Amino acid sequence: MSTKIVIAGGFGAGKTTLVGSVSEIPPVTTEAVMTEASVKHDDTSSTPEKVTTTVAMDFGRLTLDRELIMYMFGTPGQARFWFMWDDLVRGAVGAVVVVDTRRLADCFDAVDYFERNQNIPYVIALNKFDGEIGYTIEEIREAVEVGPEVPILEFDARDRASSGNVLKTLLSYTLSRPAQPEPVG
Amino acid sequence: MRSHRRRRGTRIRPYTFTGGRTRSRHPLMVQTLVSTADPANEPPANLMPESQRIYVLCAEARSVAEVAAELKIPLGVTQVLLSDLADQGLVYIHPTITGHSPSENQVLERALRGLERLFQ
Repeated sequence: MSTKIVIAGGFGAGKTTLVGSVSEIPPVTTEAVMTEASVKHDDTSSTPEKVTTTVAMDFGRLTLDRELIMYMFGTPGQARFWFMWDDLVRGAVGAVVVVDTRRLADCFDAVDYFERNQNIPYVIALNKFDGEIGYTIEEIREAVEVGPEVPILEFDARDRASSGNVLKTLLSYTLSRPAQPEPVG
Repeated sequence: MRSHRRRRGTRIRPYTFTGGRTRSRHPLMVQTLVSTADPANEPPANLMPESQRIYVLCAEARSVAEVAAELKIPLGVTQVLLSDLADQGLVYIHPTITGHSPSENQVLERALRGLERLFQ
C-alpha cells in the first residue's frame, strides 16, 4: 500500500531539493496535461479551443517498511498552475510548505491553500540556505498568519537528516490531529 | 524503432488513446500502486499498444505517477488506461492510505516509525 505527502511552496524555495535529499530514487518528473479553460468555464464542451497545458511535477519515493511506500510530490511553483492543486493534494496525509524567508511572500499562496483546506495537515519548513533565517519563528508565524497549532521549523533542504526531520514532524502532527473526513466530491 | 515510436507518441493528441474520456472510474491517485494481476501471462493481444506497455511494466507494483513517468504518457491518460485495465481484471489497484479514517492511524504510525528508522 502507499501514501503521499505534498511538498508545496514558492518557486525556488527548495521543494525539489528537499525531495532529492530524502528520496531513495532521484526525483522523477512527470507531466500532467491540464485543460486550462475548465477552471474558468463550467461547460468546456462548448469552448471551441480548449487550452491544454503540460505541467511538470517532481516526485520522490521512500520505502517505509515492507508493505508501505510513501511518495513525496512537489507542486508546480508557478502561481498560474494552482488550478491543478486539488487533484494533486487529494488523498495526501499531509503537506510541507517550504519557505525561503528572504522571499516570504512567495509562500502566501500555498499557506492560503492549506488554511482553506483544513482536512490536510501541514507544517511550515523554513529553508535556511546559507545561514540564518533572520526572523524568529513567532515573527514568521505572525507574518504568514497561521495559528499556533501549525508546526513551524527551520531546516536545510540540502541535508538529508534535516529534511527527514521535517517529514517526521509532519507525520507526528498528522497523528496528533483527529482524522478529518474526506471532503465529498 | 524506439525513437520512432516515441516521436509518434508525441504527435498524437493524448486523449486519442482514451476515446475522449478524461476521468477514470477507479480511485486512482498519483500515489496509488498498481500491479498486473497475472504477470506470468502475456498481455492480451487486443489491448492497445500503450495498455500493453503498462501491463508489462506493472509486473512489479508501481505508482500511477511512476507508470506515467516511465512510459512518458501524460498522467491523466495513464489514469484512464489503468482504469480500463482494472475494469477488465488485468490490473490490481492497491489500497491508498489517505489518513482520512481513524482506522488508518495504525498505518500512519508505521509510516512514522519507518521515517524514524530512516532518519535517526
